[in-house]
Amino acid sequence: MSGPSTYEPKTAFTRWLDRRLPIVRLSYDSFVAYPTPRNLNYWWTFGAMLALCLVVQIVTGVVLAMHYVPHINMAFASVQRIDRDVPFGWLIQNIHSVGASMFFLAVYVHMFRGLYYGSYKAPRELLWILGCIIYLLMVATAFLGYTLPWGQMSFWGATVITNLLGALPLVGESIKNWLMGGFSVDQPTLNRFFSLHYLLPFVIAGVVALHVWALHEAGQNNPAGVDVKSKADTVPFTPHATMKDLFATGLFVILFSVFVFYMPDALGHADNYIPANPLQTPPEIVPEWYLLPFYAILRAFDFNIGPIDSKLAGVLAMFASIGILFILPWLDTSRVRSMRYRPIARQFFLIFVVVCIFLGWCGGQNPGRILVPATFSSNLSWVEGGTVEQTSIRATGAWEDAAAAAEADLRERGATAVAITRTSPTEGTVRGVFGGTELTRQVRAPTQDELEVAIGEVKTEVGDAAPFFNVERHIPFTFTVTRLSQVLTAYYFLFFLIILPLLGLREKPGRVPDTIAKPVIDGQVQGAS
Amino acid sequence: MAEAASGAHGGDETTRRDFIYIAAGAAAAVGTAATLWPFIDQMNPAADTRALSTTEVDLSAVELGQQIKVMWQGKPVFVRHRTAAEISAAQRDDFAQLKDPQTDAERLVQDTGEAGRPEWLILQASCTHLGCVPTFVEGSSYGGWFCPCHGSDYDTSGRIRRGPAPANLLIAPYVFTGDTAIRIG
Repeated sequence: MSGPSTYEPKTAFTRWLDRRLPIVRLSYDSFVAYPTPRNLNYWWTFGAMLALCLVVQIVTGVVLAMHYVPHINMAFASVQRIDRDVPFGWLIQNIHSVGASMFFLAVYVHMFRGLYYGSYKAPRELLWILGCIIYLLMVATAFLGYTLPWGQMSFWGATVITNLLGALPLVGESIKNWLMGGFSVDQPTLNRFFSLHYLLPFVIAGVVALHVWALHEAGQNNPAGVDVKSKADTVPFTPHATMKDLFATGLFVILFSVFVFYMPDALGHADNYIPANPLQTPPEIVPEWYLLPFYAILRAFDFNIGPIDSKLAGVLAMFASIGILFILPWLDTSRVRSMRYRPIARQFFLIFVVVCIFLGWCGGQNPGRILVPATFSSNLSWVEGGTVEQTSIRATGAWEDAAAAAEADLRERGATAVAITRTSPTEGTVRGVFGGTELTRQVRAPTQDELEVAIGEVKTEVGDAAPFFNVERHIPFTFTVTRLSQVLTAYYFLFFLIILPLLGLREKPGRVPDTIAKPVIDGQVQGAS
Repeated sequence: MAEAASGAHGGDETTRRDFIYIAAGAAAAVGTAATLWPFIDQMNPAADTRALSTTEVDLSAVELGQQIKVMWQGKPVFVRHRTAAEISAAQRDDFAQLKDPQTDAERLVQDTGEAGRPEWLILQASCTHLGCVPTFVEGSSYGGWFCPCHGSDYDTSGRIRRGPAPANLLIAPYVFTGDTAIRIG
């Protein structure tokens, strides 16, 4: 892509160095002379921000590790000490914790950019897959790091995630204990999470090197998605891309600083300022915002799929939602890279972005929350007055037959209400009321819990006047956060598995503008598309 | 290997060198695995962690209708002194519609296989969904525990009645070591 090197060492020292270790030549070819498409827009500046984020996280992290104590009794206090007592500790700790959020913000824009402009298509499949690996490592690192302050969210987040692995059949429990180094999240867990949290960023840096290498081999994609055809389509990386990246990164740093200096805790959860307590679960356990969409997918599965129980199904779906990105280059069948020329795909893409955002919203909500108001109602009937007769049932055959017979018997004799209680496989009691007045009442409530409360109130009110109640509940279909998550999750997978493969075969691409498709200078042909 | 030796210079025949390659390769693979194993196994629960695997509980301090949480293997365990009402509610529902059918008596069995006592319920305080600690809520829908994380409802026997949890709360393996003492684990 970059062609032969144009670097010429100017001084005696650089000439000496160039024959022994051509490191200046490598940097010059990669970041100065490197030809970059001239039509790149600002969506292409997020790579530079991500490089900055990685450096910032490593530098602040190394410094924090000088003060942090990975011990269950001291970790929480040591983070507080960094914030309060260590010179500039508040700044460095805030940069590190806000930095995690900014890192994910930038990586999501970067990923959606790649999706929209088809940057995953040949010849950039490996470049995309390396990016997916980096993202996966980032998720792991962020999760490990969130455990370290040892607040309530740290502890319970770690408990929920390690328990996910326990859902795997046969080996789940062993893997879980192996990961935790015990039978619960405890000192061994914290200690190793600290060690791994320190290690993984350097692994990320290694994969980033491969990512940049692959990028420079295949060349950058561009908003038109059309291959660069001649030198005239490109400009040198420095100063063009360098300056543009610097300007965009400057804006990014301003946003970063607003959070660091004015609202360092806005993106975190207040409960993480409560020291970890294994005996008390916080009222809600939610991950940091950047993992909420995956949390929503995890919780969307509240039903069993054949032999796969709901818990395992959720875990598999959550991993599949990231795993599917790895095979995306082969799922999208369209020969057109950029969605700029794919009018239908573009609309599905916009829906996809909205779906991801709403999945994130669902991940932060109580899954049982009812979104569309519904009415739960119940008919209570009871008999006031009258005499109660109680007999025991002893079934010799099927219980249901014996119960039905006992009820029919009482009804025949004129009972106004009958209740059956089963106490063992073959035994139970049947009670009937004779005489008295039949009364009914209907209660309504917006949720099932409130309905149960309302039923309880009626029972207390009527109290001893009636020996027992007949309660008939009408539970309507309710559109809860879980239902919404299910719809959104379905779209997430449909987009990759059905829409992109089929649409690529059927969609008629938009017309490529003449400025790209046809020679513009003196009818000179610049190469066939 | 006699044929192999004689045909040392023959084209397709097995040679001594092939044997040495395979043997060396196999030794290297076994050696790599043997070297790797200690580095993997070191992450498993250490001897001191495993040593803390039993907990003794004095039941005389737990009043009727009261529940205590004790730590066993670093995890909380509910020791509940059930009231007559809770016991009868649990037994009444033995034949109700259950997601994970189990009778109350089955859930009280000691680790030795002997029957337990209905007033003492020893449960692992970990929701079978994702491991949160459920709370005993007086007057909840099924009279027992409610998990605040994802809304699973358990009855007075710790059986799952509603919500995403796939199974009943696990029984902690316990035995009565005296009239008012149990050992968990």
